Amino acid sequence: MDQLRHDTPWTALDALEAEAIFILREVAAETERAVVLFSGGKDSVCVLRLCEKAFRPQRIPFRLLHVDTGHNFSEVIDFRDRRARELGAELIVAEVEQAITDGLVRPHGPTESRNRAQIPVLLDALERLGAQAAIGGARRDEEKARAKERFFSFRDSFGQWEPRRQRPELWDLYNAGVHPGDQLRIFPLSNWTELDVWRYIRRERLELPSVYFAHERDVVWRDGQWLGVHAPVVVPKPGEETTRLRVRMRTVGDVTCTGCIPSEADDLSGVIAEVAAARTSERSGRADDRVNETSMEDRKREGYF
Amino acid sequence: MNARTTALAPRPTAGLRDDIELLRFATAGSVDDGKSTLIGRLLYDAKALFDDQLEDLARHADLARLTDGLRAEREQGITIDVAYRYFSTEARRFVIADCPGHRQYTRNAVTGFSQSDVAVLLVDARHGVVEQTRRHALLASRFGTERIVFCVNKMDLVDFGEDVFRRVERELAELARALELPPDAIDVLPVSALEGDQITSRSARLAWFDGPSLLERLETLPVRTEPASAAGRFAVQLTLRPEGDAARRRYAGKVVTGRLSVGDEVTVLPSGQRSTVVSIETFDGPQAVASAPRDVALRLADQIDVGRGDLIAVGAAPPLERRRDAIVCWMSENDARAPRALELKHLSRRIKCRLRHIAHHVDLDTFAPSEQEAPRLALNDLARVQLDLAAPLPIEGTTGAHPLARFILIDPQTRDTVAAGYFV
Ligand SMILES: Nc1nc2c(ncn2[C@@H]2O[C@H](COP(=O)(O)OP(=O)(O)OP(=O)(O)O)[C@@H](O)[C@H]2O)c(=O)[nH]1
Repeated sequence: MDQLRHDTPWTALDALEAEAIFILREVAAETERAVVLFSGGKDSVCVLRLCEKAFRPQRIPFRLLHVDTGHNFSEVIDFRDRRARELGAELIVAEVEQAITDGLVRPHGPTESRNRAQIPVLLDALERLGAQAAIGGARRDEEKARAKERFFSFRDSFGQWEPRRQRPELWDLYNAGVHPGDQLRIFPLSNWTELDVWRYIRRERLELPSVYFAHERDVVWRDGQWLGVHAPVVVPKPGEETTRLRVRMRTVGDVTCTGCIPSEADDLSGVIAEVAAARTSERSGRADDRVNETSMEDRKREGYF
Repeated sequence: MNARTTALAPRPTAGLRDDIELLRFATAGSVDDGKSTLIGRLLYDAKALFDDQLEDLARHADLARLTDGLRAEREQGITIDVAYRYFSTEARRFVIADCPGHRQYTRNAVTGFSQSDVAVLLVDARHGVVEQTRRHALLASRFGTERIVFCVNKMDLVDFGEDVFRRVERELAELARALELPPDAIDVLPVSALEGDQITSRSARLAWFDGPSLLERLETLPVRTEPASAAGRFAVQLTLRPEGDAARRRYAGKVVTGRLSVGDEVTVLPSGQRSTVVSIETFDGPQAVASAPRDVALRLADQIDVGRGDLIAVGAAPPLERRRDAIVCWMSENDARAPRALELKHLSRRIKCRLRHIAHHVDLDTFAPSEQEAPRLALNDLARVQLDLAAPLPIEGTTGAHPLARFILIDPQTRDTVAAGYFV
């Protein structure tokens, strides 16, 4: 008995972790066939660790789903597959490429961002899986339109978010009951900031795709940010010049719009120091969000995560 | 706006340490008391703003803009929903639940208070305690916690005068007495959100005030609001059944009050079966003790029937109730009359219940039973009601601050959450 641990002091990370574990357990109990959206990105890596904490030694009661735009960093895809295997989880990949072939979505051009194209592919996958809930790693601090997002966000059968239809969330008494056809998006990391995520990754010693740490990469300056050269979708246009820089990614999304930032941070402590001192918010590195102030709100209404 | 002229100090490396605590606070006030300005000021002075936000601030010269929400709300020029903001100092990590002030958004304010350790309520120094102050103090202390920090704002408009402040302070002490709040649960601080006095540092213009700045107070207030002496209670969310190890079922859930230790004799409610805690497990290893609000999994000595919604109690078990009075805040646009069939969620248990009788409405300004006839509950009404419970519930505590007193009501048809309440 003496070897058993007593409670350690209750830190901010403990409080955020406890909130998320509680939510994941409520989702498992109150919804059918929930999936975790797993991209291999840092936020979803945290969500998977929280699932382990919520359900071990049982298996995690959710399947993993990734909507693959086909424009992803190969390191991230390899990592995604490996992590799912390690967890013994079933990973379902819904491919935008396939959806284009099937005529579900129509691309505007070969080098266009496929963020918007993800929406119908995600909705189609959720419908085919019969998933009542999709759990994601989105955080309220990412963007203004998310500041009022609920932990349990209601979407109609078209995946649309209607601010007026959202339910009040009192204490930790979550109501996840939905009608057939309606869906929930669940955001257990709602109250986390970018810095919390990094501190949690350090505390939990979580592995991440290498693109999150400083590395040499050929980049071009486009739309006010550095984009990694990634043939054939990101190649220098006339007038653009390829530069080799030491960079890292703050988010891992579609290669056509995920900016790199010049960085020397090649380990977690380095990244944490950089994030703590950062002078721009995380999504300022994503061209898709900068189109206009309310672009996220618009995409959310359409069913984007 | 000061934002244009103030030189930017480099952002401190706040939040680098892993051992800081989290404090959740809700902000509310009447229209134009300066709540948005206050939050903007806190974020600005705590250097919690990014360059892109500062640019926006410089363009529009309005601290209040930082807390602007959705386009839908901007178009209507009103704040409807609770918005969450985050910042860190060297000492703490903060979650702000920014609540709308208007009376027609009572339900949103209740939501924000329920999510917080502390309520920060704004009072305009020129006006003192007004209707909204009383209403927010009532809702915060019943649906949130008893801890309230009143900021007497716009001190610059009353020449930083001590007399004005003391008068408002006396009104607030009177209000706290009317609400039966313990005197040490209340702080009253003079501030100027616009000019930054007494927000993150002491102000020479308020030198007569020997209390802390708002931020200092927020950095030192106790985070946990529950009495440490509360009895050990564990709410079961799920039964974990490891494959091939069915005999070693674990009950996953949360310690909602007090603490549990290995070896504790416990009662499972509502069944009343007794057993002993054999182990307390987490992903990070077994523990000898777990205190609220930790998520753990328990193993019990006996193979008894335990499932989602059950309560595992250490020591004297709370009474089981089939009929109770409660205070509810009605949150639906559809009115309700008694009798009415509803669903109730208490801890992780959902049961059927009947709204048997509406005793009286609570006047949000005087806190007294209101004279009006009370045949129905409309949006934002606060009322005392009687509920018939289809299954016995273990109930403890007398306000929403206690996890065993609070509940939500759900409309079985629409499946929406229609009320928040606590048993009295
Ligand atoms: N002189 C002075 N004016 C202030 C102070 N704080 C806020 N104001 C002004 O009061 C007005 C209202 O402030 P806001 O912060 O927008 O008020 P609010 O309480 O958020 O109002 P809602 O958004 O309607 O809820 C603005 O013109 C502010 O500049 C203060 O400390 N001193």
